[in-house]
Amino acid sequence: MERIQVTVNGQVRSCDGVGPHTNLLDWLRDEGLTGSKEGCAEGECGACAVMVSRPDGADGSRWTSVNACLPPALAFDGQEIVTAEGLGTAPGACAVKKLHPVQQEMAERGGSQCGYCTPGFICSMAAEYYRPERSTGASTGQASNNANNATNETGDGPASGDHARTGTSVVGEEHAADHESGPNGFDLHALSGNLCRCTGYRPIRDAAYALGAPQGTDPLLRRQDSPAPAARPTRRMADGARFVRPQSMGELFGLLGQNPEAKLVAGATDLGVEVNLRHSRPSLVMAIDRLEPLRVLTVDAERIEIGAALTLSEVERGLDGRVPLLNQLFPQFASRLIRNAASFGGNLSTGSPIGDSAPALLALNASVVLASADGEREVALAEYFIGYRQSVRKPGELLRAVRIPLPLAEQTAFYKIAKRRFDDISSVAVGLALQLDGGTVSSVRIGVGGVAATPIRALRTEEALQGQPWTSEVVAVASAVLATEGTPIDDLRASARYRSAMLEQSLLRFYAQTQPAALEVTR
Amino acid sequence: MKSLANRPVNPVVGLPVPHESADLHVTGEALYTDDLIVRSSNVLHAWPVQAPHAHALVESLSTDAALEVPGVVRVLTAADVPGINDAGIKHDEPLFPSEVMFYGHAVCWVLGETLEAARLGAEAVQVGYRPLPSLVTLTEAIDAMSFQGNQPTLTRGEADTALAAAAHRFSGDIEFGGQEHFYLETHASFVHVDEGGQVFVHCSTQHPTETQEIVAHVLGLTSSEVTVQCLRMGGGFGGKEMQPHGFAAIAALGATLTGRPVRLRLNRTQDITLSGKRHPFHARWEAGFDEEGRIQALKATLTSDGGWSLDLSEPVLARALCHIDNSYWIPNVEVHGRIARTNKTSQTAFRGFGGPQGMFVIEDILGRCAPLLGIDAGELRKRNLYVPGQSTPYGQPVRHAERLHAIWQELHDRADVERRREQIEAFNASHPHLRRGLAVTPVKFGISFNLTAFNQAGALVHVYKDGSILINHGGTEMGQGLHTKMRQVAATALGVPLRLVRLAPTRTDKVPNTSATAASSGADLNGGAVKNACDQIRDRLAEVAARKLNIHPDDVRFVDGVVTGIGFSDPGIAFADLARDAYFQRISLWAAGYYRTEGLHWDSARMQGEPFKYFSYGAAVSEVEVDGFTGAYRQLRTDIVHDVGDSLSPLIDVGQIEGGFVQGAGWLTLEELRWDLSDGQHRGRLASQSASTYKLPSFSEMPEEFNVHLFEKATEDGVVYGSKAVGEPPIMLAFSVREALRQAAAAFGPGNREVELASPATPEAVFWAITRARDAQAALDAGAPGVQVGPVPAAFPTVVPAPAH
Repeated sequence: MERIQVTVNGQVRSCDGVGPHTNLLDWLRDEGLTGSKEGCAEGECGACAVMVSRPDGADGSRWTSVNACLPPALAFDGQEIVTAEGLGTAPGACAVKKLHPVQQEMAERGGSQCGYCTPGFICSMAAEYYRPERSTGASTGQASNNANNATNETGDGPASGDHARTGTSVVGEEHAADHESGPNGFDLHALSGNLCRCTGYRPIRDAAYALGAPQGTDPLLRRQDSPAPAARPTRRMADGARFVRPQSMGELFGLLGQNPEAKLVAGATDLGVEVNLRHSRPSLVMAIDRLEPLRVLTVDAERIEIGAALTLSEVERGLDGRVPLLNQLFPQFASRLIRNAASFGGNLSTGSPIGDSAPALLALNASVVLASADGEREVALAEYFIGYRQSVRKPGELLRAVRIPLPLAEQTAFYKIAKRRFDDISSVAVGLALQLDGGTVSSVRIGVGGVAATPIRALRTEEALQGQPWTSEVVAVASAVLATEGTPIDDLRASARYRSAMLEQSLLRFYAQTQPAALEVTR
Repeated sequence: MKSLANRPVNPVVGLPVPHESADLHVTGEALYTDDLIVRSSNVLHAWPVQAPHAHALVESLSTDAALEVPGVVRVLTAADVPGINDAGIKHDEPLFPSEVMFYGHAVCWVLGETLEAARLGAEAVQVGYRPLPSLVTLTEAIDAMSFQGNQPTLTRGEADTALAAAAHRFSGDIEFGGQEHFYLETHASFVHVDEGGQVFVHCSTQHPTETQEIVAHVLGLTSSEVTVQCLRMGGGFGGKEMQPHGFAAIAALGATLTGRPVRLRLNRTQDITLSGKRHPFHARWEAGFDEEGRIQALKATLTSDGGWSLDLSEPVLARALCHIDNSYWIPNVEVHGRIARTNKTSQTAFRGFGGPQGMFVIEDILGRCAPLLGIDAGELRKRNLYVPGQSTPYGQPVRHAERLHAIWQELHDRADVERRREQIEAFNASHPHLRRGLAVTPVKFGISFNLTAFNQAGALVHVYKDGSILINHGGTEMGQGLHTKMRQVAATALGVPLRLVRLAPTRTDKVPNTSATAASSGADLNGGAVKNACDQIRDRLAEVAARKLNIHPDDVRFVDGVVTGIGFSDPGIAFADLARDAYFQRISLWAAGYYRTEGLHWDSARMQGEPFKYFSYGAAVSEVEVDGFTGAYRQLRTDIVHDVGDSLSPLIDVGQIEGGFVQGAGWLTLEELRWDLSDGQHRGRLASQSASTYKLPSFSEMPEEFNVHLFEKATEDGVVYGSKAVGEPPIMLAFSVREALRQAAAAFGPGNREVELASPATPEAVFWAITRARDAQAALDAGAPGVQVGPVPAAFPTVVPAPAH
């Protein structure tokens, strides 16, 4: 048997004896690296966050923050991980104090109280510190205003003038977005998956916004200039179960054919919860996130194809704002920690009615590519879901890619209704895509999540709008129809009544934001 | 110098130093109870068998199948308990119950070589249950008259007479939710029998002494045979004041029975389903105001949801009653309190300890009644603030009531409140779908344990021959910065640099008979004890120095590690040299310190006395923006002026204020405990039992602009170095957010209309408040009679204007 090894904080550690159901966090802690904590075991609190070296471009890498509590430790065979302990050391009997700049800022500014969430915050913050796109020093005026809070007292700040992008109009932009990046380019959403119960966050934000640029000699910065470790084929049988990272699609399909019950994971953000909270113990776990056919991202005249195993963060970077509706989706989809691991493939394969990608992709008229040993077929996403967590995907098939047809509708929006703005699960999610032709609706698609056993298209509402003038009267009628789509239920997130109301309001909101006065409304 | 409040020159207290463990926190090197496991060997892991019924009798329990599971070592049941089978001090919490009292109640515990083995063993335990009828909601319990514990009444004056005579009289009721502590570190205990035969308990506990007592009584041992150590906690917030004891006792029982170390760490699901929370409350009230809006009388019945056992419900209720006045003079008061017994987790201490629930009632009343009185809510609050010379309904003079007014004014000036009110009005007039609201609310919070006996503390301070200092005290560190403050106190008292003072983890064999680190009193009590110990040593050292310097001991000064005389030309002696000199002169270099809070008395039967050493004051103004399409909102800005006396440690105190505020805002706006109320098989199950379903504030709930100012020149006499407690009061500054949301929702409708707002004020709750406001506006626009002023729309009849007099 080949050795399974993970490099943690520069030291190679053996993963021998570790089973498929042991997550990275438990393994790290068993190794004595107890800095990373378990706060929730479902990727919600970020106390377990660590940094992993992930591919970036052709020959670079980037430090990527992920929850350690979700993925199997074995998925990190051959990979490099950095924990809070690896970033710096506190003074001790035999150690020389050498805090990392992120640690220094957090410690000095009161960013820790009980300290339990702190190592996770440190790793999330450090990954953002090293993010190549983070500009430092010369920032936009907008960002520096926000950090200093000098001009935002009354809220009559500058109206955003950048709604028109790449020829399409973005409506429903997060109007709080201008408060969420620092003068140093620090994106506060980098910390959206980290919870602190003590500080109230202000000192943590101050620490984040005070960070300078990494020094050129910083070894972790320089590490990003060379490729991330390649994925190693991994095979391990332990604790009565198997973990496999197949080397090829052929090997994958072979195993899948013999083991249709196998759990396929990319970021394991869903399986990890099943294992940790519901004690699922699948007999075969297959990691597919590094298989190249699942990592494509191509754009041609007719469509965009997005590999199913690309992380949402990779898709976000790869699309670079090209799909405004998805651009609105990303910051609302779970947290950065989750987006650094989760994929469209996973979100659509679990088929949850409250997955956030489906309503957006339905509005974009997306289809999915289902691949098996026998070849590929393309299925419209609107026909993909057939029941609660059920789809037309057959045993032996996997979702290889998502396709979005071009051109995109000119007006789009994604609305997520939840209790909390950062990192919550939708009560209702609505994706809208509208094409007007001289003031008349020439095409409209509305994808809705959270109101039925599957994500659905609001077909009756679309019908009520199709071919009609885009006026408040027509929208009022159609929004009343939208309120009756699906079969919403009362649950702990929202009442059925509120869900219906939110459907209705979403179309009214969309209409308001497509009006000329919209800029004023949304600031 | 002898006064507790006086500060020497160059004090270390008052410096904004980071948390004493900050470097360890940020590097992940700080150790918590469960981090010790990997540093030990041969450890057993514990897993509970949780009952799937809200209420049931345990008719049978078979462990045979569990013991067959590979790796299962033992199943702990009631039969194993050598002492008393109870996890509390009131003997109403059986550790191994024969009657399941809430969904998820642990009936027995499995010990395994691995956590997985213990879990599988727990699955294999066979329990026969006979389900019984259950009471899950507060309303069900009230209807069934299911109460427990005392039913105190707080009275002053003649409420009925005053209500009858009042110019305006309103009544209403409201039920509001509890709160899960969600300390990031769940309950954890790790127990072994040490080389001296002592049961050594590592526990994440705010109350090591009580943990020790419970472990001892469960094991049938004396307290001297059990030692509890708390390294530090990953958050407590009251949730580890009384709740850890049973878990520690289970681990201790396992360790004594197997001879092996036992680890009991709850995962999040277990923690949230097994442990108690902030009490939800129901309040029914009647209030009378005079023509100018001055409160004349308040009559109310407060019913808390205590869950299945008493725990701390009685003192929590007492504090709620003692805070129903918040900062307002109410001449005639009659408030009844009672504790419902329901089939839920046993609700417990949570930062504020009933105070927030009591204040909730009066703030809700003022927020609802202000438009009916035609008075701006801020003005109404200001008009009713206590003035010097007045007393609380329980008879305690409101000392420093003038601070309430000074804080109120300073806050308005600093936050530019009047100008912003105008801007908000303009904004609201010009935006079709957004409304902003702003509210100012005050806080007056009594400091001390209501139970007088708890107001004592001990400390143990060692000075070593090299001049280094080690302090122990009875308080525990849960992130609040107590240890940081205690180091500062010791460094100040001994006149040495902070780096010379080291602090050892809290242990019951160093300082015995301690009180819980709770009631915001940690620094007051333990600071008094640490200072007392340091003063004893300092006085002895002063004698030594005086002999050497040939001056009077009273003229010896301890400053920055140098001991010298009062005169300009007196030579200095290094503190370390003085310590060595003292040793050779056979002068004791260590001392036990002790502190008791003076002047407290409380008659809990009559609900009268002076239970508090002093009041903590503050006020906050919050501005929110509400989206009319969804009810979602942003907290645009919060400003706070808060009285911490002369701060012992400003960075720590500001952190407590900010963190408390956001936690309070979480309780009032976001955090929602949802139980299964159906008659189905999961009746009584907590539905929001995970981080994905129970949402804490995240970055998106932090006020975008957040200014905290410590009230200046606020020396508090009779408290260590003139400081005041800070842990709990800031929670209640968050009422400003709830009231601002009420204002913003109101702005969607006509004025002079009462706005009801459910608690927590989730986006959905706010949306319904907006909808009602819009409906009222629509009715008004349609010319419907009777909705313009005063009378509440028929759908919301809980507040009714008093009949005309």
